[in-house]
Amino acid sequence: MTGLSIQNLSMRFDLPNGDHVQALQDVSLDLKAGELLSVLGPSGCGKTTLLNIVAGFLAPTSGKLVLNGHDIKGPDAERGMVFQQGALFEWMSVRENVGFGPSMKGTPKIDKDKTVDHLLDVVGLQDFKEKAVYELSGGMQQRVALARCLANDPDVILMDEPLGALDALTREKMQSLVLKLWKETGKTIILITHSVEEALLLGERLIVMAPRPGRIHKEYRLPFADLGVDADLREVKKHPEFGPRREEILNMIWDMEEEIMGGTEDAA
Amino acid sequence: MIPLLIYIAIFVAAFFLVTKVVQGAGLKDYTSLKTVTFGDESAVRPNRAAGVISILTIFLMWGIFTGSSLLPSFLHAPGPFEGTATFTYTAQVEGQAPDDATVTVVVHPREQETEAPQVEPGDGFAKNDSAAIAQWRTGLINVARNDEISKSDGNQVIAINGQKIAPGESVEVEGGVVTLSDKGTPNFQPTRGWQMEPLYLPAPEAVWVRSIEIAKEGFRNFTLLEHLGYSLFRVVVGFLLGALVGIPLGYAMGLSDWFRGWFDPIVEFMRPVPPLALIPLVIIWAGIGEAGKIILLFLAALWIMAIAARSGVSGVKISKVHAAYSLGASKWQIMRYVIVPNSLPEIFTGARVAMGVCWGTVVAAELVAAEQGAGMMIMTASKFQNTDIVIMGIILIGVIGFGIDMLMRWAERLLVPWKGKG
Ligand SMILES: Nc1ncnc2c1ncn2[C@@H]1O[C@H](COP(=O)(O)OP(=O)(O)O)[C@@H](O)[C@H]1O
Ligand SMILES: [Mg+2]
Repeated sequence: MTGLSIQNLSMRFDLPNGDHVQALQDVSLDLKAGELLSVLGPSGCGKTTLLNIVAGFLAPTSGKLVLNGHDIKGPDAERGMVFQQGALFEWMSVRENVGFGPSMKGTPKIDKDKTVDHLLDVVGLQDFKEKAVYELSGGMQQRVALARCLANDPDVILMDEPLGALDALTREKMQSLVLKLWKETGKTIILITHSVEEALLLGERLIVMAPRPGRIHKEYRLPFADLGVDADLREVKKHPEFGPRREEILNMIWDMEEEIMGGTEDAA
Repeated sequence: MIPLLIYIAIFVAAFFLVTKVVQGAGLKDYTSLKTVTFGDESAVRPNRAAGVISILTIFLMWGIFTGSSLLPSFLHAPGPFEGTATFTYTAQVEGQAPDDATVTVVVHPREQETEAPQVEPGDGFAKNDSAAIAQWRTGLINVARNDEISKSDGNQVIAINGQKIAPGESVEVEGGVVTLSDKGTPNFQPTRGWQMEPLYLPAPEAVWVRSIEIAKEGFRNFTLLEHLGYSLFRVVVGFLLGALVGIPLGYAMGLSDWFRGWFDPIVEFMRPVPPLALIPLVIIWAGIGEAGKIILLFLAALWIMAIAARSGVSGVKISKVHAAYSLGASKWQIMRYVIVPNSLPEIFTGARVAMGVCWGTVVAAELVAAEQGAGMMIMTASKFQNTDIVIMGIILIGVIGFGIDMLMRWAERLLVPWKGKG
């Protein structure tokens, strides 16, 4: 069986003061190989926790994670991760960053160089190969992060607000790049974002999560990602279904945020 | 007071001359167009001209107040009197008319032995006297000694140059001041001028000449290079040992809660203890030889390096570690390729601080007790009042300390160019 299966996942953080936070409660989700799932939700609803569990950085309190037929028991190169920012190794050049995964595995230099060269071409950074990563702009750095993740040829790519720190224009270009890479590589991708538009444009499937306890509130299947692979994303946004969907989800999250604010007021 | 006023005057004059007349005449740069300059680093950068003038001013002041031969003499502050001065004294004995006699004083440089000149005795019961007094010194002139009537028979000095004088009072005369001592003997103090006595502050060229001499002939059985080399050697060995132990200790403290718990109290206690405070204990335990000095510098460097390495490890962004894990790195690989390089900038900062502290500590330790070294050199020189060697030593110590820091900065730029870029 290929794909990622998340079964009845719960995560509870016990705080030092005796309190606890139910970050995730009974979350179940099945992803087929090659699906692109975007995850939305107000902050604090457990998105990062979910991703960290899938990545293997956290062990869930209960529940089961199965990838391609085997249990997930910790971090592994089969699940790559792209962080918001600052996760590149600034002591390495662009080339060394991208080649990090293959180097760790001991891939022969010729093969590694080929992979790195190919990926730098894909993300358009061939000219910056020998530059230090801190010499690049934010958008370029995220392209390096994508290439670094792809160099390991993972089955699943996990992205935690990878484009969150970029300006609007760069962000749009990067969204197209993510779609292109998804189509070309056929990877399973989970993408967390704060932007409803981004979630709609990139997510073949989209889940909206709700907080306290963190759970899946609603799930959608969307046509926009497929449309966006060959078209300008601005054209996709003009699709008759796009506007209404965006409004619907915005309202949903808005309501949840209101509830959180109201809740804290009650508590105070 | 006067040197301070001259210094302030040069500061102000240079400021107006350079910023308003010379630089102000040229094009305004971008910085001068800024209205907000507080907290903007680019707005306040050192003015190069000010730096150069500042250094020149120090040497200028030095030259002015030491009568340096490097400066034209009209720039010198008034120097001490040198040459022959005369004054008269009036002696009185009960029941006799007062009688005048002349005193001739030769004021000579200190290093030049001079005999008091021969003078004619003159008439009357008071006879003419002479004396030789070195510059910066004073001399009692027992004028009654050669008089016909001695002091014990009631011979008293009542006036100098015709001015009445009583014990404890002074009269200004050519080339100095005459003060009558409590016992009634004139005391001549040659005019000192505004210059510093070479014993306290030698002229720059004198320091230079002495430096060359010491460099050629050595000082106390060791050449200048050996003295400085010993100090540097102690610093380098002490620092390296400190780093060799401190860095792994810091890593262990950053990675293991047991090590952290065990060593935290020790490190946190030792950190605020100035290494200088350890000198007495180290001398008791290890004596004044090399071992004691190196132990001291080892201790000075150890805590600094341990703390630097610890914060370098703890300071790693968790997302970098996570990224490395999900790229398939093992624990050891993460240690080698993430934790260590990530901690290097902190370690370099620590190393710079440690080298500075070690350099200061070694000089202090050598001041206390050593057979050779920069600190021993200036301490011994000061005991023999060789101010020129002391000043030379201080300058060399400063230059070497500065050089060490420059070297560390250069190495830092070369080896950890990513510092502060994460
Ligand atoms: N290591 C942790 N210890 C304690 N509480 C945590 C920890 N990580 C996350 N939480 C809590 O779990 C909840 C979900 O956090 P997170 O997954 O980061 O939310 P999101 O990414 O959706 O903003 C939050 O209330 C957060 O405070
Ligand atoms: Mg988050």
